[in-house]
Amino acid sequence: METTYIKAINDALRIAMREDENVFLLGEDIGALGGAFKATEGLLDEFGSARVLDTPISESLIVGAAVGAAAVGLRPVAEMQFADFVSCGFDQVVNMAATLRYRHGGNAKCPMVVRCPSGSGVRGGLFHSQNPEAWFTRVPGLKVVAPATAFDAKGLLLSAIQDDDPVIYFEHKFLYRRVKEDVPEASYVVPIGKAALRMEGSDISFITYGSALYHCLDAAAELAKEGVTSEVLDLRTLLPLDRGAILATARKTGKVLIVHEDRLTGGIGGEVAAIIAEHAFEYLDAPVMRLGMRDTHNAFAGAMEEYILPSREKVLAAGRKLAGY
Amino acid sequence: MERDLELYHNLRLVREFEGRLSKMHHQGRIPGGVYSGLGQEALVVGSVYGLAREDFIFPLHRDLGAFLVKGVDPRLLMAQILGKKTGLSGGRDSFLHAGSLADGVFGATSMLASSLPVACGVALKFKMNGEPNVVLAFFGEGASSRGDVHEAMNFAGVQRLPVVFICENNFYAFSTPQPMEMAVEDVADRAAGYGFKGHVCNGNDLFAVMHEVGAAVELARRGGGPTLIECKTYRYSGHSEHDTATYRTKDELLEWESRDPIYMYEFYLQKKGHDMAALSAETGERVKATVDEAVKFAEDSPDPEGPEAMDGLYATQV
Repeated sequence: METTYIKAINDALRIAMREDENVFLLGEDIGALGGAFKATEGLLDEFGSARVLDTPISESLIVGAAVGAAAVGLRPVAEMQFADFVSCGFDQVVNMAATLRYRHGGNAKCPMVVRCPSGSGVRGGLFHSQNPEAWFTRVPGLKVVAPATAFDAKGLLLSAIQDDDPVIYFEHKFLYRRVKEDVPEASYVVPIGKAALRMEGSDISFITYGSALYHCLDAAAELAKEGVTSEVLDLRTLLPLDRGAILATARKTGKVLIVHEDRLTGGIGGEVAAIIAEHAFEYLDAPVMRLGMRDTHNAFAGAMEEYILPSREKVLAAGRKLAGY
Repeated sequence: MERDLELYHNLRLVREFEGRLSKMHHQGRIPGGVYSGLGQEALVVGSVYGLAREDFIFPLHRDLGAFLVKGVDPRLLMAQILGKKTGLSGGRDSFLHAGSLADGVFGATSMLASSLPVACGVALKFKMNGEPNVVLAFFGEGASSRGDVHEAMNFAGVQRLPVVFICENNFYAFSTPQPMEMAVEDVADRAAGYGFKGHVCNGNDLFAVMHEVGAAVELARRGGGPTLIECKTYRYSGHSEHDTATYRTKDELLEWESRDPIYMYEFYLQKKGHDMAALSAETGERVKATVDEAVKFAEDSPDPEGPEAMDGLYATQV
């Protein structure tokens, strides 16, 4: 059935709550309002206010209570109204949730999900546009996913809810209603830790995730007209990275461009580039290239936002340069 | 200008400005979100009126009027809201996420109540240097659920800081009604736990706000430490202009409109013998001209070109 990315999220939540009574939701305005973006629309009616819990504005509490409930057997799905606000619950994510199992000698589980609506391109300004995934991708004990398609949005969320470890789930606001595709109505999972090859080719590789996937696919289609065939690898999971898939495409084409909407410096692209440099150096025909948001804040004005973000044109220009080596 | 009339002018200017933003938003002339303070004019005008330029305020996303009364140029404020190069942040951020430190206006982030610890820092400087200035720190009853509020008030109590915490209780945190935010009726009760006084006041009554905040400001200036003032009020619009606010009833809105801060103040002016029809018309024309000029300035101002997004990060060359 043709389903939007946000509807796929809504469907996953409904399925998970029907399948397992231990699954419950907590967050700000998720009940009667159905969430700021309507991701939880209709769930209060079906499951009631005990399982669709409207909280005060208290991100630290939302994450912390999820940790506690998860540790004793429930499966909470916490919503940050915007990913930007996860900073207010940062301590509970990186210190409490991530270390829970480790400091209990491996005798604890923390089956929780923190949903974070992230991303730019929506004129949200400094605090409604952030891509804070790299704050978490260096924290062992966490898993971090970032679906780009509606199919993955549903399958990765169901995976995340079933997972016994804390999963930070970055859903992209720009894709909510712009991505629409056939998604099975039934329950299914997309495994955490597995990248997806979206396009096969032999000349250059794009390694990407989230909204940047679409820039890469567009650029790859354009390059095909110029006789350059591309691989497009969608990481889908950012922690742990699918090193096998990354190295396979790097070794195949020998030319890699990493693209993400997150800031360049300290972004996941640096880690991917390092993996390739360490383990596929002999296969490379060009320097590993990266394209990300410029190293500044998520500026508001239209021309500023365009200037700092990756785009189809910027990816295409970088792809041409890479192919030229 | 006589005080009574100056206050009236301020109330009407804020309402005109807010009303214009709402209209412009629906005409698609404003990029980004608009968070209306319509209905809350007495609170911002009554709190900020009479402060010195050296005093600091920490306004919220809904406190456009606080910017105006504190002395921020309406033209620059409008340019800020339209994301123009001439705006307070030069297009770098939206709506009221900007300040004017020269006017004693500290810009907020979207992380509500994160301003309160910062307000304590400004107050700490005033105390350390023996400066007779005060800080007004605004927060919503919604944000009162955040830990930063506790940390800030606790510290302000310990240090007897010259800060007045002003809770704008408009009964809804976005869609969440107060009973789901807290198990008490008055946020002001919490002051007792921090060792200072908390007072509740009618936030739609200009004189009540001026009286309560004025007394707290004087106490703070004299070194008497912080106060928490809770102003009960109501926002006529939704959380943002995108929000149709279906979570509340028409009757409830109507009840609050019957307590409109400007109508109440006009009733006072009438009792004092002013010809209200004439005064209202004349004031209306004046504030309309001010806002017209602000809109014209802002719309005629250049948009940022793009590369400016890289400027303004560091004070020193990197």
